[in-house]
Amino acid sequence: MTALAGIATAGLFMGGLGFSLAALLAYANRKLYVEEDPRIDAVEEMLPHSNCGACGEPGCRSFAEVLVNKEAEPGKCTVNTVEMTQSVADYLGVDVGDHDKQVARLACAGGSHVAYFRAKYEGLKSCRAAAVAGGGKGCTWGCLGLADCETSCDFDAIQMNKFGLPVVNENLCVACSDCVDSCPKDLFSLQPVSHQLWVACKSLGFGDEVEADCEVVCTACERCAVDAPEGLIKIRNNLAIIDYEKNELASKVAIERCPTGAIVWLKKGGDSIIKGTGAKKVIRMEPLPRVA
Amino acid sequence: MLLTFTNGVHPQEFKSWTNNSPVERLPFFADYVIPLSQHIGAPSKSLVRKGQYVARGEKIAEPGAYVSVAYHSPVDGVVSAVELAEHPGGKMVPSIKIKADPFSSQRLEKKPIDWKSLTKKEFADHLQNSGMVGLGGAAFPSHVKFAVPDDKKCDYLIINGCECEPFLTADHRVMAEYPLEVMRGIEMLQYFLTPKKTFIGIEANKKDAINILQLEANKHPELAVEIVSLEVKYPQGAEKMLISAILTNEVPSGTIPLDGGYLVSNVGTVAAIAEYFDSGKPLIERVVTVSGSNIKRPANLLVPIGTSMQELLNACGGFKSSDFGDSARILLGGPMMGMAQKSLDVPVVKGTSGVLALGVLEVPGRNTFQCIRCGRCLEACPMFLNPSTLGLLAKKGLYEEMLEENLMDCMECASCSYVCPSGIPLVQSFRVAKAVNRERKVA
Repeated sequence: MTALAGIATAGLFMGGLGFSLAALLAYANRKLYVEEDPRIDAVEEMLPHSNCGACGEPGCRSFAEVLVNKEAEPGKCTVNTVEMTQSVADYLGVDVGDHDKQVARLACAGGSHVAYFRAKYEGLKSCRAAAVAGGGKGCTWGCLGLADCETSCDFDAIQMNKFGLPVVNENLCVACSDCVDSCPKDLFSLQPVSHQLWVACKSLGFGDEVEADCEVVCTACERCAVDAPEGLIKIRNNLAIIDYEKNELASKVAIERCPTGAIVWLKKGGDSIIKGTGAKKVIRMEPLPRVA
Repeated sequence: MLLTFTNGVHPQEFKSWTNNSPVERLPFFADYVIPLSQHIGAPSKSLVRKGQYVARGEKIAEPGAYVSVAYHSPVDGVVSAVELAEHPGGKMVPSIKIKADPFSSQRLEKKPIDWKSLTKKEFADHLQNSGMVGLGGAAFPSHVKFAVPDDKKCDYLIINGCECEPFLTADHRVMAEYPLEVMRGIEMLQYFLTPKKTFIGIEANKKDAINILQLEANKHPELAVEIVSLEVKYPQGAEKMLISAILTNEVPSGTIPLDGGYLVSNVGTVAAIAEYFDSGKPLIERVVTVSGSNIKRPANLLVPIGTSMQELLNACGGFKSSDFGDSARILLGGPMMGMAQKSLDVPVVKGTSGVLALGVLEVPGRNTFQCIRCGRCLEACPMFLNPSTLGLLAKKGLYEEMLEENLMDCMECASCSYVCPSGIPLVQSFRVAKAVNRERKVA
C-alpha cells in the first residue's frame, strides 16, 4: 500500500511540476513574444536557401530581412531563377532591380596540352599549398590545376577538364565568388555575360620567353590593341587589358590577328570559345611531356 | 656533456662529402641576374639603366625602405635589362640582368673603412649600403638586426656556427678558413653593441673549426670570446634553440631574442661584415655548398651573387645521371628547410647557403597516410607545439583555430615532417595556414 502511495505521490508531484513549468513557458511565450514581420518568413521561402553569400549578406534569412526593409532589391540574389525573383518583387511590391547575370571566368587557358610543366609537384594536393611551394608549371602566373576552385564551388558549376583546367558551367554558376576567393593565383573574376571579349591569360612576361612555357600565352604583341577600336584594349605590364567601360565597342575584330589565341570571343551561353583566324591551331589532345 | 636544447631530430649528416674541401673561387660566367628582393622586407630600387656599364662592387640598387638593403654588381659588365625574372622563391620579381665583361677582373676599387670613428647610426647605414643580410638563409637585413633600440640592450652576443642542416658545410669552411675575419667581425660588433659576453656556438661535428677558432680566440683575450661545443642535433642552429642550449633560457612566445637581451648572428655574416669594413667589399659573393648524391663533384664554392644555378652545377661537373627521374630533386638551401626548384634558370641569391641535387635514394617517393596519433612529432618539435593537432586542423581548413594552438611559434624547421611515419607534409600545411591567415588579416 505504502509503495503504491509513494508511486502516486511521485507521479502527482512530477505531473504537477511539469504542468506548472509548462504554464510558465506558455506565459513566457506570450509575454516575451517578439513581433516579427511575417513577410520575412514568406520572402525567405521564396529565396533559394543556399546561404552562399553572393548577395553580400551572411545568409538567405538575413537577405530576406534586408529585402523586407527595402534596403536591397531582389535582383541582388544571383542564385534565384528569374521567375522566383519576380515573385519576390511582386510580393513586396518593389522593382526587381538589376538582374545582369554574372559568371566566374578563368584568366588562363594553359591546360596540360599547351602549357609546359618543368617539374613534378609532390606536396599537398591543393592549389594554395602548391602556390606556397612554387608548383611545377613553367608559367608562374597560370592555373596550378589542383582544383581548389572545384572543391570550393557549392553549385557544381566548376569541373576540371582532362587538361587540368577548371571549366565553368555558365548555367549553374551563380557568381557567389567562392572560386574567386579560393584561387591563390587570382585567376577567377566575376564578369557579366555581356563581356564576350576575354583575355584568357595573366602572364606578365614578354614575347618568346613566355611562349616557351605556354602556347596560348599573351605575348604582349599589341595586335589586338591596334585592331580594336581606340582605347578598348591597352597593354599594361605586358598583358592585354580590356576596358569593359567601352564594352559596346567590342567585336571579333580584336581577336583576329592574335598569334596565340590568348584573346578570345566567348559565345553567349558559354558553350563555345571562338579564337581568331590568326591563332595557331592546337590539335594536340594529350598532355605535353615534362621538360627539365 | 655537450650542451643542447630539448627535443629535435637527428637526420643523417652527409657532411663528409664536402667538409674537408677548401672554398674554391668560381670564375665569372657570361650572365648574372640580381633579383631586387633577395632579402626580407621592401624591394630595392634599381639605380641603373639598360646599356649602362657597371664595375664590380658598384652600387646598382638602393634600399626601397628602412627594412631593405642595397645591391652591388658582382662583376664588371653591361646592364642588359631591368625586368621580371624568376626568383628561387617561385615568384617573378624585378631583377637587374648583367652581361659580364669577358675581361672582368677580381679587382675591387674600394678602400677600408675606419669603423672606430663611426657612430652607431653610421655603422647601421654602412651595413645597409653594403647590402648586408643574414647569410644563414633567411636573409634578414643586418642593419635592422644590429640596430638595438634604446630601451633594449644586447647582453649576450651569440655567433651561430651550428650549421645543423645536413649536407651544408659553407659555414664550417668559413670558420675553418676565415677565423681572422670572424674575430674581426666580433670585435666590430662588440664595439657597437657592447655585450657582456660573446659566445660562438658550434656543433661538435666540426672539431677542426672549433680548434682553429679557439686558437684565434686565444690570440685575442681582450675579446673574451667563449667557444661552445654543442650536441649534433637538428635544429641546433635556430636562434631560439641556440639560446636555450647555451644559456638554458627560453625565449618566450611572441617575443624576439633581443627582448631578453640576446642577439644571434650567423658566422658567415660576421665574417662578411669584417670583410666589408676591412677591405670595402660589399656583399657580392658568398660561400655556397654544392652537394647531393646526384652531383659529380660536391664542393664549397665562393660564388658571386646572381650566378645562374645551371652554371654553378656545371662547375661542379653537372649531374651524375642525366636521366632526372621522378624522384630527383634540386633544393636551394638544406634538405630540411630548403626550397625545391622547378628550373635551373634561377640565380644564387644572398640567402642561398647550399644547392643540393638529391637523387632517387635520398628522395623516396612518399605516400601520405592518416595520422596514427603516435606522438613522434610532439617529441620532435623544439618549440613544444602539437604538430599532430595542427595538422588535423589544417586538413579541415580551420586555419584561424590553429592560431590558438600557437601556429605562429612554428619556425618551419620540418622536424615534425621528418619524423612523421605517415608521411604527412605537416610543415607545408602550416605554411599554407600562415599564408591564409596573413591574407585574411589584410582583407
